Amino acid sequence: MEVKSLVITGYGINCEEEVAAAYRLAGAIPEIVHLNDIFSGKVDIHSFHIINFPGGFSFGDDIASGKVLANKIKFQKLPDNSTLLDQLKKVLAEKKYILGICNGFQVLTRLGLLPNISGKFEQEVSLAHNIQGKFIDEWVTLKVPNAATPFIADMDTVELPIRHGEGRLIVLDEKIKHAVIDEKLNCLIYANNPNGSMLDCAGLTDRTGQVFGLMPHPEAFLSVYNHPDWGRRKKQGTINENGDGLKIFKNIVEAIPKNPL
Amino acid sequence: MNKNYHTIQVFLKETLEDRTGDKVGGLLKKHFSIDSGKIIKGKLYVITYPLSDKELTFFAEEGVSDKVLNYVKINLPLSQNGFQKCIVIAKLPGVTDDEGMSAQQSLFDMCELSSDSSLQHIFSQDIYLIEKDVPDLTLKTFAEDFLCNKLINHISRGSFESLSQPYIPEVKLAVDKSVEEIEIDLSDEELLRLSRNKLLSLDLEEMRAVKNYYLSDDTKKYRAENNLSVNPTDCELEIVAQTWSEHCKHKEFNAVIDYADESRNTSYRVNSLFKTYIKAATDVVQSALEKNGRYWLVKVFSDNAGIVKINNDNYFVWKVETHNSPSAIDPYGGAITGILGNNRDPLGTGIGGAKLLFNTNVLCFGPPSYSLPLLQGQLHPKRIFEGVRKGIEDGGNKSGIPTVNGSVIFDDRYSGKPLVYCGTGGVMPKKYLTKPTELKPISPGNKIVSIGGRVGKDGIHGATFSSREIDEHSPRSAVQIGSPIVQKIAGDFLRAACERGLIETTTDCGAGGLSSAIGELASISNGAVVRLENVLLKYSGLKPWEIFLSESQERMILVVSEDNLNEVLSLAKHLAVEAAVIGEFADTGRLTVLYNEKVVADIDIEFLHNGVPKKYLSAEWTEPEKIAADFPKQVNYNQLLTALMRCDAISSREYLIRQYDHEVKGKTIIKPLMGKLQNAPQDAAVVRVSFESYEGIAVSNGIMPKYVDIDPYNSSAGAFDEAIRQIIAIGGKLPLSGEQEDIFWSVNDNFCVPDSVYHPESNPDGKRKLAQLVQMCSALYDMSTFFSIPMTSGKDSMKNDFKSAGVKISVPPTVLYSAAAKIVDIRDTITGDFKSSGDLIYQVGATYNELGESELYKLLKLKDTAIPVVRMEGAKRVYKKMMEAASRKLLQSAHDISDGGMIVALAESCFGFDCGAEIVLESENELTIQSLLFSESHSRFVVSVNEKDRNTFEEIMLDDARMLGSVNDTGIIRVAHNNIEIINLQTEALHFAWSNGLTEQVI
Repeated sequence: MEVKSLVITGYGINCEEEVAAAYRLAGAIPEIVHLNDIFSGKVDIHSFHIINFPGGFSFGDDIASGKVLANKIKFQKLPDNSTLLDQLKKVLAEKKYILGICNGFQVLTRLGLLPNISGKFEQEVSLAHNIQGKFIDEWVTLKVPNAATPFIADMDTVELPIRHGEGRLIVLDEKIKHAVIDEKLNCLIYANNPNGSMLDCAGLTDRTGQVFGLMPHPEAFLSVYNHPDWGRRKKQGTINENGDGLKIFKNIVEAIPKNPL
Repeated sequence: MNKNYHTIQVFLKETLEDRTGDKVGGLLKKHFSIDSGKIIKGKLYVITYPLSDKELTFFAEEGVSDKVLNYVKINLPLSQNGFQKCIVIAKLPGVTDDEGMSAQQSLFDMCELSSDSSLQHIFSQDIYLIEKDVPDLTLKTFAEDFLCNKLINHISRGSFESLSQPYIPEVKLAVDKSVEEIEIDLSDEELLRLSRNKLLSLDLEEMRAVKNYYLSDDTKKYRAENNLSVNPTDCELEIVAQTWSEHCKHKEFNAVIDYADESRNTSYRVNSLFKTYIKAATDVVQSALEKNGRYWLVKVFSDNAGIVKINNDNYFVWKVETHNSPSAIDPYGGAITGILGNNRDPLGTGIGGAKLLFNTNVLCFGPPSYSLPLLQGQLHPKRIFEGVRKGIEDGGNKSGIPTVNGSVIFDDRYSGKPLVYCGTGGVMPKKYLTKPTELKPISPGNKIVSIGGRVGKDGIHGATFSSREIDEHSPRSAVQIGSPIVQKIAGDFLRAACERGLIETTTDCGAGGLSSAIGELASISNGAVVRLENVLLKYSGLKPWEIFLSESQERMILVVSEDNLNEVLSLAKHLAVEAAVIGEFADTGRLTVLYNEKVVADIDIEFLHNGVPKKYLSAEWTEPEKIAADFPKQVNYNQLLTALMRCDAISSREYLIRQYDHEVKGKTIIKPLMGKLQNAPQDAAVVRVSFESYEGIAVSNGIMPKYVDIDPYNSSAGAFDEAIRQIIAIGGKLPLSGEQEDIFWSVNDNFCVPDSVYHPESNPDGKRKLAQLVQMCSALYDMSTFFSIPMTSGKDSMKNDFKSAGVKISVPPTVLYSAAAKIVDIRDTITGDFKSSGDLIYQVGATYNELGESELYKLLKLKDTAIPVVRMEGAKRVYKKMMEAASRKLLQSAHDISDGGMIVALAESCFGFDCGAEIVLESENELTIQSLLFSESHSRFVVSVNEKDRNTFEEIMLDDARMLGSVNDTGIIRVAHNNIEIINLQTEALHFAWSNGLTEQVI
């Protein structure tokens, strides 16, 4: 069966091409779709297995990163008078998957899709400005404590670049914090916390494992030649042409249930 | 409370750590010795849209705040328990306020309101709450110097009571659609006064040419027949001034120059520097390439950017521009509009819609330690540095274009006017459906469609402004702030429309606004009619000529056939891009501008584009006196090397690099910093073209103004060499080097020079400055033709002087060469860091006693005129050997030698994993030890080679390489000279010095 992956773009999202490339390399069929094609009803998100919110600067990160886009998704009406958030909830009920990377992760937290402890899609965490008050582009090492979502199956550690100014995870209260820990939703952890994130959190999932959001960019490590130390690794002969980030996309393409849409 | 407006204040919850306030407090303490106590930063939204209480609360809680992070105050006065003072910073009327506009978008989404969403109803402002009673005057000075720019911001400060009414920056202009006629039959003196008063920046000859045109019988007859005034209208005069500005017409690069060199007893006449050197070089290269069956040079100098062929499907489009004058008065706005403006060049080349692949930036600033008193209107170099940095960050990051490399150089003479070079490369398919993309066809009847931002009073006179020196009276309207998000959305639409074959051609709307964009395109069809009433405005009240000349940002002009018009407009609407049909092209030979059918301008296109009189200039060169330095007998090389690593020229640029997204798009293969520790600086950047192939593009920059006073020719040739050798270092190949594949090279030359027109009082050394420029151009010709590397586009910026209070600060004549070259397979590229213990270290290329203006001599304050000279034959031989070594995969690493010489390059190569090196140097010939270590002779590399490849490598290199030693895992760099240890330093310690040199000063 062909796995169809929806890659959302428009309004300043800017990592759609590499996310689409990632799915192509992982054996799926990606389609890059402008948000307005969804809002106008031209494209039906239910004809895809995975919905992706790529990174970028939707609405220039104005007000707060992902904020304006999240509000569009929450409040703007589709032709059938529902909102895109209603449709995303339906996607989850259909046992499909949602991925948010960087700006996309910020959007998912603001929509209440992550971590969604209450089950009511209310915002429980947020991503604040990095503790240094600066944008950071650097590669970090991430630990995978458990495969709480199929996106990170069979992974132990992974190196990926972070490229954000607002990546410091803040949890609303102690109750939610404990629930995130207890239910093992803090599924991607910085080995050396680069931005002051609570729980050293770099990525979250929800209880079902269907929603995964992360600040680092797996789509930026599709080829080993993306890694800052590829030169030495190649000389040492420890090289595999695929980048470690590709594994996340391969994982989910493999995990899609083998049933037709 | 007055209900004409609402306010929402947003603050970070007190339980959350916020260092912004602490940073601001730190600045107050550092610069004003004032203890401000705690400072809290917040946001204020002033809303002039009528909202119910319910809507307002909903919007405050859901729209502009985040319940995890924030608390809000709705329609409450500014105040805070335990706090005494406050600063509120707003934008001035008409200044881009993206945050306000985004808030408004959210409001309309959330409350299902429909209003003209392009008119502004929400204004965002920054609040700083201050615990202690800091004097109002201090707050004002502090805000002006550290928090904002008074040219674009409004500052309120004081006690909470004094700030009870918010400032609302609504634009209120009286409607003025008048068209003025301007008397042109004037005396010379009056003509000059007219030029000055109207900020036309035209000289007497040019004003006379305008006068003669209007007084000629033909013009009089035409104007009478068409019921036009005898005198020019304000709009016509402005159009001529814009079209003839130095910025747009490059009059000095096209001038006739009499050049005299007394020391060599030669003199000659140059008829146009551009034609004689730059264009001629590319012509020579092109015929050499074509003689060898290479046809990758597609379009040069005639479009917004040069075009070369990557492969059978794609073109590479590449342009580098400068944005110096705006960056001097508003560094953030200047840099961001520079980048976004430069992005529009590749976007508007050929049919248009290229996919932008990377940005690069080269910056020339005054030193961070600059300590002279600041003149009126002069900003401290550190402030310029930080503002420009932020502009590049937002301009690149928010557009999703990686900033893949760059360079920063410091010199006192950039303290008045900085140089901000912005480069952008893009990929355009060779065809959109069946249309060849490199062409720019326009037929009469094609529609003129403007897309993107709206037009306001911003940036009027930008083109003429940049053609003058800056002084304390520089117009404020020249300042503008770019909006990356508006441009990103417009760019996405443009590409979609081009790919569907809906667009005939495109150009960007930059300096000179519609006047420049349409004026240039009209010369293709030989005519255009513009209807200004259809131009979308930010606010009413602009005069017709202001609409035509405004440089409001984020605009592109599309040429659309009547058949495609509806589809283009509906696609624009669907993708949330504002588009307006503002006229059509014609074949009348006239540029006609109408406002509600009234003729605002009607100019002969031939006169407009070819009527500017030629300039005649003089250049005079005398060789500077030779000086040889006395090198001290006893020096401590450990101390010297450590000091060099932390000096301004050499120290790490990591502070900048990490704040620029240099790998969005996932195609950056050689980044600015590489290695296990992500800390080894690299030479050229390498970017992949697509995910489907391993083809790539290498990008480098060469710039060496430090040699220009002693030897302008070699300052330019050296910069050209630097751009080449950086690409050779990463494994690039020269064109026509016997390789089978087509390997394009595409270079942008960018001259930024001081006023070089002689004037006995105001510019007594003008002839010398012009002579420097002539020599620099002549070096360009020699290097380009010798290496068969073509210029494909370029730019000149001629008046880089800052004048205030009778003082003039002029930049040194500066040329930047920005090179891009095809890489056949990015997997074969080479990084600069050493790879493993045991590898042998070589220096490739010859060292000379060339320490004049070296970083070593600057450190020791030694003056010497023996600066590095480019030896073209030797350089080419060395590069060919490097290419062979790379092809045979013998190079484990390669790093070019530049500032600081061989030992600095070697130390940098050790950084990637903190390895050590054991180096043994022997004196030979007349080379001194200081030259061996620190000379900055050109065309050299530090490379490492596996022991097993030693013989093969040495057979290729013969005398062009000398073994320096080997890589080890001690983490210590040891250098022995004639059996005496002269350097013994930990790599980590050198790295520490290198990392902190610049960072300590700028943060």
